[in-house]
Amino acid sequence: MASPAIALTDIVKRYGARAALDGVSLTVPAGQFVALVGASGSGKTTLLKTINRLVAPESGRIAIQGDDAAGQPAPQLRRGIGYVFQEIGLFPHLTVAENIAITPKLLAWDAARIARRVTDLLGLVDLPAEMAGRRPAELSGGQRQRVGVARALAAEPRVLLMDEPFGALDPVTREALGRDVRALHERLSLTTVMVTHDMAEAVLLADRIVVMKTGRLIAHGTPAELAHDADPEVAALMDAPRRQAERLRAKLGEGA
Amino acid sequence: MNERLAAAWTLLPDYLGWHVLLSASALVLGLAISLPLAVAASRSPRLRWPVLALAGLIQTIPSLALLALFYPLLLALSTLLKGVLGHGFSALGFLPSLLALTLYSMLPILRTATAGILGVDPAVREAADGVGMTPGQRLVQVELPLAMPVIMAGVRTAAVWTIGAATLSTPVGQTSLGNYIFAGLQTENWVSVLFGCAASAALALLVDQLLGLIELGAARRNRALTLVGAAGLAVGVVLALLPLVKIGQPASYVVGAKNFSEQYILAELMADRLEKAGAHVARKEDLGSAVAYRALAAGEIDAYVDYSGTLWANVLNRKDNPGRAAVLAGLTSELKKRDGVRVLGSLGFENAYAFAMKPERARALGVASLADLARQAPGLTLGSDLEFLSRPEWKAVDGAYGFRFKAQRSFQPTFMYRALAGGEADVISAFSSDGRISADRLVVLTDPKGALPPYDAVILISPKRADDARLIEALKPLVGSIGVEAMRAANFSVDRDRDKLSPGQAARALAKP
Ligand SMILES: Nc1ncnc2c1ncn2[C@@H]1O[C@H](COP(=O)(O)OP(=O)(O)OP(=O)(O)O)[C@@H](O)[C@H]1O
Ligand SMILES: [Mg+2]
Repeated sequence: MASPAIALTDIVKRYGARAALDGVSLTVPAGQFVALVGASGSGKTTLLKTINRLVAPESGRIAIQGDDAAGQPAPQLRRGIGYVFQEIGLFPHLTVAENIAITPKLLAWDAARIARRVTDLLGLVDLPAEMAGRRPAELSGGQRQRVGVARALAAEPRVLLMDEPFGALDPVTREALGRDVRALHERLSLTTVMVTHDMAEAVLLADRIVVMKTGRLIAHGTPAELAHDADPEVAALMDAPRRQAERLRAKLGEGA
Repeated sequence: MNERLAAAWTLLPDYLGWHVLLSASALVLGLAISLPLAVAASRSPRLRWPVLALAGLIQTIPSLALLALFYPLLLALSTLLKGVLGHGFSALGFLPSLLALTLYSMLPILRTATAGILGVDPAVREAADGVGMTPGQRLVQVELPLAMPVIMAGVRTAAVWTIGAATLSTPVGQTSLGNYIFAGLQTENWVSVLFGCAASAALALLVDQLLGLIELGAARRNRALTLVGAAGLAVGVVLALLPLVKIGQPASYVVGAKNFSEQYILAELMADRLEKAGAHVARKEDLGSAVAYRALAAGEIDAYVDYSGTLWANVLNRKDNPGRAAVLAGLTSELKKRDGVRVLGSLGFENAYAFAMKPERARALGVASLADLARQAPGLTLGSDLEFLSRPEWKAVDGAYGFRFKAQRSFQPTFMYRALAGGEADVISAFSSDGRISADRLVVLTDPKGALPPYDAVILISPKRADDARLIEALKPLVGSIGVEAMRAANFSVDRDRDKLSPGQAARALAKP
């Protein structure tokens, strides 16, 4: 059997006395799209950052495609994993094209290949080509998030980590870009972990949903499995989109 | 007026070249030290505080004092090296100036660079890690470019400070635009002082504007602006340094001077004679009184004029006064034995403390000697320069004659003469070779008890030139050739307010029999 794309075992990360991650184990098979959900402060970002070693855990093991993540220098590991930051973190002194090209440049791709890749990616995330020369300050919040996704995908990673990538988008664009990312995931046969607050998004895009609470995984499974989870908290969480939709229908129906 | 302006212009290529070389080197060196230090300080909070505090402390030392402190430090180091390797280095001039100015330029760069790097958005810094940069790549590709506008603001401040402070390197023997200011102050040549100030200010302004272009380029991420600024700086530095390439041939003799008119004139006089003998001569002027002798003993200057009483008290630390001839003889043998310095001989006049009065007043009171003065003192006011009353010479005369003046007042030398003329002082402590004694027709009181130490002007030769035939032959004829009246006239021609001569002109007038 092929090794899982991501395998975390007994990860503990403390900030002072508080454990942000309290013994987390998670295995993501290659090709899976996982949604990571949970209340604010439950440790989603911390977990995502342990995967590419932006956060160093006190204990536990991390394996990427079967290899120990600690077995190579962190920068080299990170060049092979796409990461979309919650705060986006575009480089303000570089143009859109330069931002997207950054990891390929670090990998010493030749200039022609980089230029082709940048053009492809702008198309992929649905940004007009003339945006290439602009600086991040000259973009809207949503455009910046698209550039963030393009930058993460630039060096053709096999693993994509996304921390609330669609936060700054209007609902219509958000849904569209969500679908685009899911399509990219299929086309590039990525393994994707996406943090989101939006349960509907998680249900619609993910193969599997992982629920976190105060530094622990309290449930994981397909959306259908989780809908019937024994934990009333998880069931309530899974039920939230449906209840919201029903209330919306009732309101809008009344108004009509 | 126009003549003095023209004279100032002809000196500009030399002075400006050295000034630019000195400030640019100090700035580059300061940047090379400060940037890595700032990077380290921004990484480690434990390092940050001591580094910034130390740089701040250096900044509180007055720049002139910082420059002055480096001379004895380097001299000690040079002596040590000479002992170990048999080879010393020059502790005077470029090196102490460079080191002091480098230290001086560091604080603004350190502060802004540390703040600039720390000020980079943490999310951007984490993104740099996240895309796979090593810490070095993150520094060069993200942190420094983002901090650059702030760093450039610090570099601008440092540049303006350094260019201003570089004028202070003149007293430690480094030619700079400060030569205009220091020489001008001493000879009361205000054209020269203003010229030096204006040149230094214009240079600082120009460099600030060019650095401003680079800063603007960095802030607007406009490479063209940055390039224009950098190219402007590079071209400016090269143009300023061109004259030095020609002037830079090593001089065969270096003539020194302390920082007052008589010294400038005598240095020019010696230099003229050496040049007539076919030698190349460099001048190191405006040396501090204590610096001059040590520089000579260390061989950094080859000849200069000092005064027997000064050497007796300050170099040999003697407090007695065995009389004029004994002091001269003692100096000649002691300096030779101790430092290898040769006393070539006395020029023929003294520049001693002397009590002077207006002739009518002296005649009316019947005062011709210090003994007469002591009798009349209770009715008289003594005017002195700022330091005389705290000097050993005053204690010596006061002890010998027992003066009880009605009042004692201190003045700047110029105002001391005015006070005597205006009747605010009845007797003043003058210098015997001061031109104003003759010009104002003052009488100098005699010293029957020989209480005032002798201050014969003597030519000193450095140890390595002590037997240099060409030098000795050129300077020997000066011994005994200048009387006090001639020296007074020469000094007055430089010090007076109208029809001033330059020290060089005065020297040539003095040389004519
Ligand atoms: N650098 C840090 N220093 C101290 N505490 C931290 C640090 N980073 C995170 N924490 C704490 O660890 C816990 C988990 O934080 P984390 O950012 O993983 O939460 P999250 O689930 O991503 O929340 P959100 O949905 O609001 O982004 C929080 O209590 C947070 O305060
Ligand atoms: Mg988070």
